Amino acid sequence: MSSYPWAAGYIDDGDRPKIVTSRFHLEDGYTLERYQATGGYDGLRRALAKSPAEVHDEVRGATILGRGGAGFPAGTKWGLMPADKYPRYLVVNGDESEPGTYKDRLLMERDPHQLIEGCLIAAYAAGLAQVFLYIRGEMPLAHERVGQALNEAYAAGYVGTNILGTDFSVDIVLHWGAGAYVVGEETALIESLEGKRGEPRLKPPFFPAAIGLYGQPTIVNNVETLSNLPWLLVNGMEAYTAIGTQTSPGTRMVAVSGHVNRPGVYEIVNGTTTFRDLLYGDEFCQGIRNGNELKAFVPGGGSAPWFTPEQLDLPFEGRLVGAAGSMLGSGAIMVMDHTTDIPAAALTLTHFYAAESCGQCTPCREGGTWLERVLSRIVDGNGTPADLDQLLEIGESICPGAFPHASSSALGLEATPFPYKMTTICFVGPSAYAPVHSALTLFRSEFEAKITRRNSIPVTAVHATPETAGAH
Amino acid sequence: MTATENAGTPPTDDAPVPDPNAVQITVNGVAHTARKGQLVIEAAADAGVYIPRFCYHERMTPVGKCRMCLVEADSGRGPAVTVSCMVPVMPDMKVETESPMAKRMQEGVLELLLANHPLDCPVCDKGGECPLQDQTMTHGPGESRFVEEKRHYEKPIPISDLVFLDRERCILCDRCTRFADEVAGDALIHFISRGNTTQVMTFPDEPFASYFSGNTVQICPVGALTAKPYRFKARPWDLEEIESTCTTCAVGCRTVVQSSRDELLRSQGVDSDPVNWGWMCDKGRFGFEAVRTERVTEPLVRTAHGLEPTGWNAALRSAVQLIEDGKLAAGPSAVAVIGGARGSNEDAFAWARLAHDVIDTPHVYAQMGDGLPVGMLAMPRATIDDTAAASTIVLLGPDLKEELPVLYLRVRDAVQKRRVRIVEFTPRESGLTSLAWKSAVYEPGGQVEAVRAALADPEIADQLAAGPVVVIAGRSNLAESSGATVQAVQTLLAGVPGATVLPAFRRGNVVGALQVGMRPRPGGLDTRGILQAAADGKIECLVLVGADPLADFPDTDLARRALAGARRIVSVDTHLSASAQHADVVLPAAAFGEKSGTTTNLEGRVTTLGRKVTAAGTSRPDWMIATAIARGLGTDLGFRSVDDVTDAIARMVDGYEGVTRDALADSADGVLSAPPATIAAIDPVEVEVPVRNSYDYRLVVTRKLYDAGVTVSNSPSLAHLAPGQRVHLHPLDVERVGVQPGADVRVSSSRSAAVMRVEADPTVLRGTAWIAFNQPGGNVGDLIDSTAIVTDVRIENL
Repeated sequence: MSSYPWAAGYIDDGDRPKIVTSRFHLEDGYTLERYQATGGYDGLRRALAKSPAEVHDEVRGATILGRGGAGFPAGTKWGLMPADKYPRYLVVNGDESEPGTYKDRLLMERDPHQLIEGCLIAAYAAGLAQVFLYIRGEMPLAHERVGQALNEAYAAGYVGTNILGTDFSVDIVLHWGAGAYVVGEETALIESLEGKRGEPRLKPPFFPAAIGLYGQPTIVNNVETLSNLPWLLVNGMEAYTAIGTQTSPGTRMVAVSGHVNRPGVYEIVNGTTTFRDLLYGDEFCQGIRNGNELKAFVPGGGSAPWFTPEQLDLPFEGRLVGAAGSMLGSGAIMVMDHTTDIPAAALTLTHFYAAESCGQCTPCREGGTWLERVLSRIVDGNGTPADLDQLLEIGESICPGAFPHASSSALGLEATPFPYKMTTICFVGPSAYAPVHSALTLFRSEFEAKITRRNSIPVTAVHATPETAGAH
Repeated sequence: MTATENAGTPPTDDAPVPDPNAVQITVNGVAHTARKGQLVIEAAADAGVYIPRFCYHERMTPVGKCRMCLVEADSGRGPAVTVSCMVPVMPDMKVETESPMAKRMQEGVLELLLANHPLDCPVCDKGGECPLQDQTMTHGPGESRFVEEKRHYEKPIPISDLVFLDRERCILCDRCTRFADEVAGDALIHFISRGNTTQVMTFPDEPFASYFSGNTVQICPVGALTAKPYRFKARPWDLEEIESTCTTCAVGCRTVVQSSRDELLRSQGVDSDPVNWGWMCDKGRFGFEAVRTERVTEPLVRTAHGLEPTGWNAALRSAVQLIEDGKLAAGPSAVAVIGGARGSNEDAFAWARLAHDVIDTPHVYAQMGDGLPVGMLAMPRATIDDTAAASTIVLLGPDLKEELPVLYLRVRDAVQKRRVRIVEFTPRESGLTSLAWKSAVYEPGGQVEAVRAALADPEIADQLAAGPVVVIAGRSNLAESSGATVQAVQTLLAGVPGATVLPAFRRGNVVGALQVGMRPRPGGLDTRGILQAAADGKIECLVLVGADPLADFPDTDLARRALAGARRIVSVDTHLSASAQHADVVLPAAAFGEKSGTTTNLEGRVTTLGRKVTAAGTSRPDWMIATAIARGLGTDLGFRSVDDVTDAIARMVDGYEGVTRDALADSADGVLSAPPATIAAIDPVEVEVPVRNSYDYRLVVTRKLYDAGVTVSNSPSLAHLAPGQRVHLHPLDVERVGVQPGADVRVSSSRSAAVMRVEADPTVLRGTAWIAFNQPGGNVGDLIDSTAIVTDVRIENL
């Protein structure tokens, strides 16, 4: 069986360990009945039999790396909350909107009870009073399924007061986003939940664990991160860390898109699977389409610096990928074969981030759009030679100092490792620059080839002028 | 002592104790001692290093949005990009504001800010005083590399009656929006859209109608916000300016008055720490327009043809003659003087000397029957800072937002930032009700009962016992006598030992006028008494010093009878007010901005007034007029200049000993005066409130910020903002009257009847009717009987 019509995009070949996608092959895996019949809520029962501290230790010991983008260990994050400040909240970041990423959507659509169970385990272990499930506005099916599952779970006594007859009580509130990429940033998500404009908060404080929703300690966890918890509680820490490597245990979901033969979402073993395995392996993407050459790929969502075939043998291991000049991010791999127009590809990504800037800080608001407009001029054939360095200069105003990029033996380039400095409040600004920087660093000649009208005076940009309505 | 020596010797007793709040940092390599918790941007400023900024404003919460203040700071983990307006200093922090990285970031942010900013500086009102322009010169890259087409929006759009917004110029620093939300509490402007099309906007069909909107224009770091009264009027480099104090109300906001070609063009708030923090209300900010509108420019004397212009000598002779005639006919007490609260301390002092020493009448009063007795000033007094620092503020006075707007901002800040608790007693919901911890809405006359009930409530009693209590006391209803309020204040002070009082007196210099002598001597009458005596034909000569009883005295009928009954009337005024039109002699007085001197605010703080423009026509300061009349009556008051009067006040007025010209010159924040010992405390008051007939409504009459007074009606930008006269009833009472909201109803009291539109207003208590005082075309004063404890009205369907 290679895929399932009810789980479009999910591909399950071969005999790999499954932690979070174990019910994807079941057409009715999202129902409470099926969930219970396949071991559902056993993890919660095991958790409730232990003390919260024991559950927390189990999670900490399993080193579940956050699957939202930053890869911060969940158990450690929970421990960052000030000891005596209550109430504390759990916010589930289901606002998955990083370009190329669609794994959380499948998790919410196919196995909502697993997520709910994960929330309950987290709430129990970290002493959280209430759970807020924030689902991206453009995912109506996920919203419907999670809502339905919540109703079932409430009716069955898994959520609410005195869960499973214990004195553990927690409510889960479902919240539907209004369609802004930046709300995937955890503090912007909290602002949005509070009913304000979805704008990232200023750092410090660096973690909502200290001051989060309504000023209270708040844990913001990704959907996939929490979906790992039921399996962990049933199978134990040792079983979990037996999969993958010591620093990157367990599995992770990746979403591959672009020029491969079999794009889709895969659950892969963390830390050991390499990008070559993923892109060329028979059980995965089965190579580049039409037998074409791989030109470049984005290893961790649209905001990650690009890799070239030289980095194919890197495993899914955050530290190694970071040292090589990119990040694993949200687990979205975008593949470009040799037919790809690199400047146009960079423009597509930069356009996204410029359009999705929240607009509160200057470098992102102005710099993102400036990058986009210069790029679009180049792509349209109206570029000037000065534009290329200008792009890097704008980027320097967003990210002063060295910006990470991959090594290239052909160009004689050493890799510049993660992370980078930034003048912005959050990562949206640098994200707009990342594709420009990678494309220009690794494929500068393609930009130069587009600049045909040397020293020409650029006329106008394709960018639409802002609407002038609103006057009254 | 070197470190080596220090290590061996035990600390001696006289070794300085290390300051626990001191934090050692370096700024650009120079050691500096900062305060714990201080922001890097402030610490650097103390060390003499200016970090450029746009969104940062010292009176508002930092937001770190513009990114202009980025510096490098090393707290031990290597140099880090640091938002200096958000990050507090850390021990041994090394701040670099001019390192290559810091300069690169500052230049980068400025280039990005300018990318879409139109370079229309030559036609921009802000040009010449623009933080963006200035900081581009000091910290910018020098040239722009942005060759794309800039953002375009419709050029300025009005976002309120007073403020225009040019979105092309806006750099989205969040100052105006933050001010509106955080300081003013009128969150009527906000960001809409996102990314590169983010813009400041009002909500649909809801203008930025805030009493404080002018502040957003002042704090805008670019020319995006402009105010109607100043747009295209002058270039900043053509403006001359002088510091002064706003005398629109008694808060006494420090201001800088600016003029060009001898015409007042703008007032800007000055940050005075104990008073206004740089803020102003729109009436104070834009009311200068009245100074140049419809002024009396020449003395007027009544002839057979009405009031005719004449020269000063003739007019002064007439005035002196009228006063002397009055004294001859019925003795000195047949002359009465009302007013003096609108001018300076010097004006009031000279008039007090003239009235008391030269004319020798006991009937002198600076209030217009709309305040509380002068004895309130003898109560233990609190300052505005004391009020903001109290544990509990008891409001037993007017709606601060309407009458003393910047005091409202200070109280609001104390509640929001310091968690001060407000216990409010009010006849209808006020601007502070939503912030009050406890709010008791009482029926007029019921304030004593309400205070007693509050004192008996254990929760409130605990709160009042928990720490300093300040009572803001003033007149909350013009349709009832001040008696019940005075009794309520006395009850409160008896129940809360140690409580202090901030007198919420309204007129610009009313506290100063009362303190320097514009108050009755023993046996003298207050304003109601004077007007009653005039109505009874006992006043031969009534002198109105900037007083307009027809507009300001709550009982219009009495005022009308008084002006008819007084044999002769001398009016000293800036404008030909309704009352001045009844005068026999009108002497033109210099207005705000046209005279120097000092003024006293409601807490007793004396600050200076600046003279910026030439007085209109031949008008003269009131003190000069008083001096001339005294000379005509045969006495030399000895005042040759305004400084002579200031010195005389310091020399002669009890409580003003410290208010010398030297002391005022030394302190920009002014000098506190004390109430003179001769102002006696008010004897205990016992008011018997009549029972209300259940068919009647008890009348509440209060002021709105914008009314038909001289300042607003003569300021073209403000005049149309007065809301007009309506009778507000609780929705259920509107139903009871049997009309639809918006219909005309007849409102009748024992005095008179008036027809006006009815509004359904849930903020009004059932059984009461609220009408705003002195609105254009309004006549609510006809309904009020100033001799009654309360005024009850009947409201009927036409």
